[in-house]
Amino acid sequence: MTGYTSDEMMTVAAARTLKDGMTCFVGIGLPSAAANLARATHAPNLVLIYESGTIAAKPGRLPLSIGDGILADTADAVISVPEIFNYWLQPGRIDVGFLGAAQIDKYGNINTTVIGGDYGSPEVRLPGAGGAPEIAASCQEVIVVVRQSRRTFVEKVDFVTSVGYGDGPGARERLGLRGRGPQKIITDLGVLTPDPETCEFTVTAIYPGVSEETVRQRSGWGVRIAAAPETADPPSAAELQALRDFQATR
Amino acid sequence: MAEIVSLAEAVRLAVRDGDTVAMEGFTHLIPFAAGHEVIRQGRRDLTLVRMTPDLIYDQLIGAGCAKKLIFSWGGNPGVGSLHRFRDAVEHGWPRPLEIEEHSHAGMANRYVAGASGLPFAVLRGYAGTGLVEETATIKPITCPFTGEALMAVRALNPDVAIIHAQQADRNGNVQLWGITGVQKEAVLSSERAVVTVEEIVDSLAPRPGAIVLPTWTVSYVAHVPNGAHPSYAAGYTDRDNDYYVAWDAIARDRETFGTWLEEHVLAGAAV
Repeated sequence: MTGYTSDEMMTVAAARTLKDGMTCFVGIGLPSAAANLARATHAPNLVLIYESGTIAAKPGRLPLSIGDGILADTADAVISVPEIFNYWLQPGRIDVGFLGAAQIDKYGNINTTVIGGDYGSPEVRLPGAGGAPEIAASCQEVIVVVRQSRRTFVEKVDFVTSVGYGDGPGARERLGLRGRGPQKIITDLGVLTPDPETCEFTVTAIYPGVSEETVRQRSGWGVRIAAAPETADPPSAAELQALRDFQATR
Repeated sequence: MAEIVSLAEAVRLAVRDGDTVAMEGFTHLIPFAAGHEVIRQGRRDLTLVRMTPDLIYDQLIGAGCAKKLIFSWGGNPGVGSLHRFRDAVEHGWPRPLEIEEHSHAGMANRYVAGASGLPFAVLRGYAGTGLVEETATIKPITCPFTGEALMAVRALNPDVAIIHAQQADRNGNVQLWGITGVQKEAVLSSERAVVTVEEIVDSLAPRPGAIVLPTWTVSYVAHVPNGAHPSYAAGYTDRDNDYYVAWDAIARDRETFGTWLEEHVLAGAAV
């Protein structure tokens, strides 16, 4: 017993990537938990922006949806949905976008649309795009939070909902995408960062107690592991307490 | 001038079989009571438009009212799948559902174009995504001034918009506040508009950040307290998060859903 779960480690690792004073476009679920944890610990001036049009929301509990009343009640400004996408996201005003994924490939392309079959008659119909394609395109950088398995880490996504590095180096420039793209994939096993030459995501940090063998087994592509991957620090007592306090209020 | 009528009358007068209907409300102010009235009145072959279909369209789709869905995110927020939507797309139950799929930015801009009386909107979006191939209302366009490659999305102009708001006055002027989503654009882009309200007041008190829809932009107003439940109306009701969680099990099974529909919608009296 390590005293914390792999999901808690993942959420803490995601929270640590956010720096104080950043503006952060937050999706619901794991990203929202991580962003709120960051604001409660090392980044009190983190600006949380939800696609419902709530800017600088300061919820004291985790919202179930991006439109919970507590987000509007605690925001500095509440604006319309066309405005959040056109005036705030599109011009590149937002530092970091936090996204989840049902499938992700080695170039960080994300699928949240369909799995199996074809688009018209899929085996599994997922919720779809939401705000993600434009978050992935226009935020200065993107962090993806996803549990790692052979199901989620695939050689090629069944559908490109949101673009990472497309088919490799130069693709974002050719597509006219202005943000720098995904800088980290944070999983329940470790952290991957894109290779500066090939854009392929490589494991550069592994959590305490996780073996390289497990990281390889739970990937659907032959994932590369850095020669000497860092071992991430386990959650501190303060981080765990803040996260659990949030979870308890849901 | 908006007429103030009952909910049943508003739906009877405004919503016809085969219409394109936009029931908007971004998590907040979702017009559930009006959606249930559309089910009770047995409307068919609707093209349903909504950024986030949410439980309201899961219910309309499961009840067989829809032939097509135009949307950008079809999940149960913070919970998981919309099972009636999935069953319709994956298995054609209770009838096949045609879909027209966008991103939130694309849908928001489509409403803006519709409200502006323009044939399309332009945005920096969709580039490199699979949606460009699958969705006929997304087309590449070149900026005539800079040469930049951008995307055009076709305007949305529904036959009828249905929204829920906090207040109307006795002349049918409407005021809503809190998270206001795309409701203004949905109403202004549509041929007809129905607004259900928490309260009818003698006069609307100005509020910071509120949207006012003048009476002549609205067709019918109906007084329906708690008409957004299980969504909410800021200042009046709270979001029923437990209902959203409980919906997962209800909607997962066709029979359970059918029983729910009988007991909670079809048996319910029109307000």
